[in-house]
Amino acid sequence: MAGIASRRLQKELKEIHTQGCPVGIQLLNADNFEEWHLSLEVMGESQYQGEVFALKFRFEPQYPISAPAVQFIINEKYKAPVHPHVYSNGHICASILGNEWSPVLSVIGVCVTLQSMLASCKKKERPPDNDRYVMHAPDNPKKTRFHYHDDTV
Amino acid sequence: MSDDYSDDEYYYDEDEDMMDADDGDSAPSDEEMDMEVFDNDFKLPGKARKKSYEVDSEPLSQAQVERLMQTDIEHISGIFGVDENVASLLLRHMSWNKERLIEKYMDHATAVSVEAGITPKEEKPAKAAASSRAGSSSTGPQRSTRSSKSSNKLKSPSPAPKEDEPYTCPICFDDTQTRTMALACGHAFCSSCWNAYVTGKIREEGEHWIRCMAEGCGLVCPDPFVREALGEDKATWNRFRELLVRHFVGCNKNLKFCPYPNCTYTVACPAAASKSALLSIVPTVTCGASPDHKFCFGCSIETDHRPVICAIAAMWLQKCHDDSETANWIKSNTKECTKCQSTIEKNGGCNHMTCKKCKHEFCWVCMGPWSEHGTAWYSCNRYDEKASQEARDAQSKSRASLERYLHYYNRWANHEQSAKLSMDLYKKTEQKMEEMQISSDLTWIEVQFMKKAVDEVFKCRMTLKWTYAMAYYLDRGNPKELFEDNQRDLEKAVEDLSELLEQPIEPEVVPSLRQKVTDKTVYVQKRNEIMLEDTANGFLEGRWQWNTSVPGLE
Repeated sequence: MAGIASRRLQKELKEIHTQGCPVGIQLLNADNFEEWHLSLEVMGESQYQGEVFALKFRFEPQYPISAPAVQFIINEKYKAPVHPHVYSNGHICASILGNEWSPVLSVIGVCVTLQSMLASCKKKERPPDNDRYVMHAPDNPKKTRFHYHDDTV
Repeated sequence: MSDDYSDDEYYYDEDEDMMDADDGDSAPSDEEMDMEVFDNDFKLPGKARKKSYEVDSEPLSQAQVERLMQTDIEHISGIFGVDENVASLLLRHMSWNKERLIEKYMDHATAVSVEAGITPKEEKPAKAAASSRAGSSSTGPQRSTRSSKSSNKLKSPSPAPKEDEPYTCPICFDDTQTRTMALACGHAFCSSCWNAYVTGKIREEGEHWIRCMAEGCGLVCPDPFVREALGEDKATWNRFRELLVRHFVGCNKNLKFCPYPNCTYTVACPAAASKSALLSIVPTVTCGASPDHKFCFGCSIETDHRPVICAIAAMWLQKCHDDSETANWIKSNTKECTKCQSTIEKNGGCNHMTCKKCKHEFCWVCMGPWSEHGTAWYSCNRYDEKASQEARDAQSKSRASLERYLHYYNRWANHEQSAKLSMDLYKKTEQKMEEMQISSDLTWIEVQFMKKAVDEVFKCRMTLKWTYAMAYYLDRGNPKELFEDNQRDLEKAVEDLSELLEQPIEPEVVPSLRQKVTDKTVYVQKRNEIMLEDTANGFLEGRWQWNTSVPGLE
């Protein structure tokens, strides 16, 4: 089993380099097989027109059997999108990152899903329990047991 | 399975033998044999008649629970005409509710098997033709058996890649893998990915409901598939079986898993399955793996909170948790304003108090109004004056409820503390028992009375402890007085026995001490039984009246 994560990530990286990323997604940094950064932009008409976000992926050695830890990067350059499923600390409440993660999904696959999650947002607001969650949130979003909100948003 | 079971039986027998040996060796072996058979079949406690404070319960080993599961599975498999593995998934999907499963399956067989992860979701809505019962019951077993075999034979039945090209697993991208596995959905992945995935699900997530690895695929791995994916990993397979048993036990109100670490026993206690039953009985049960594995079937508050029922025990603990420290502190550090009853802490300064709330001025020492102190400021000598007397009366009234609570709490805590200290007493007693064997010509068996006495004291202190919790909530009246009489008698007996146990041992008094301790132990035991029995009967008769509303009781 040794090296499954790196072999898989290598493969994903190769695919990104040969086939390129989908529109609006860009690889910012993939220097190792532990943490990758990608930028994300919602194309076309949406609530987030003109905004660019960045995602941080953290991989465990068991990736892709175990889901990557994914969150929005917050620094001088990037902010977390205001969205009912995104907490102000960058954590994302999405079932595919938790109990609906499938090993078949990939980094790009997750980005595309999140992109469409943002694209379909109708109203920019924080999750209702944002303050409470952010105050006690663990550093790694995978340690949170999210109660998934409805998927219609 | 059968091997495990016979092991368990074997342990049982050993225990039983030990106990029999304690009671005396005179019993003919035939009778012993009969008793054992009887015991193992019906799991009745050794003593003849059931006490009203005891409940009927049956300890079950993991193998026995698995047999119960198997019975349900065979039942469903027979009715629906499906494979047993399919029946198992259906039952697990429906939380082992057979009636609901039968009802739903009869109406919407296809929908149920899709939900249960047995048949893949059909893309086209045109499934009307051969749907309903006949359709799915025939597809069920066939597909699942095929899926469990497919791994050996079919290389990749799914989105078949280009011919001749070496198979590359879409998860690990390892093209040296030759063995693939797939469920009925045909999503093939290499067996080492399956292994890692299934192991992770079982080990890390404690999951028995393992879906196909493909995105959005709802199919669930049947048991043989799990076993195959795990390969030689027996430990994880056993963990998986344990998870199945736990799920089954969790779904069944009559069953509870033994809460002791690493214990795999289950206890069946149908008498305590409903919430309303818990208002009249205290179901203290033992799991069968060890007589120490005692727990309450109704709650997880404490192993044995007899004689008080779960709801009241919980209320009391909550109150202690919330109030005790605070109440003690308030009692020792504050007084109430004699006018508005606000609680005041004097944290410095003179005795001239001015209530922050109502501006009433009074003397901290005598509690009388400050105006009457005249010029004798800062040295109160007015203690017996009428005004201050009245003020103190009012004060004491407002303290009464606090005092009442602390009265019960302190006794409750005291018994708990003493019971905890009995560990020390145990060691001391052991020492004493050795001393006795040396100083007198008593044998090991003959000095066991000390140990028995310590055990009994511990047991009774636990009972006493909870009687204080109960008494706090009991409404005044005859029943309560009788209750407190019993409580007093037991307490007195226990304290007497405790004292006897603490006495130094002189060789010449050993025989008389032995007599005294033995008698006292029997007496204490009797008093404890009376206490427990009477309280239990009171619950059954609805005799107890409460001074507060108990959740669940009118």
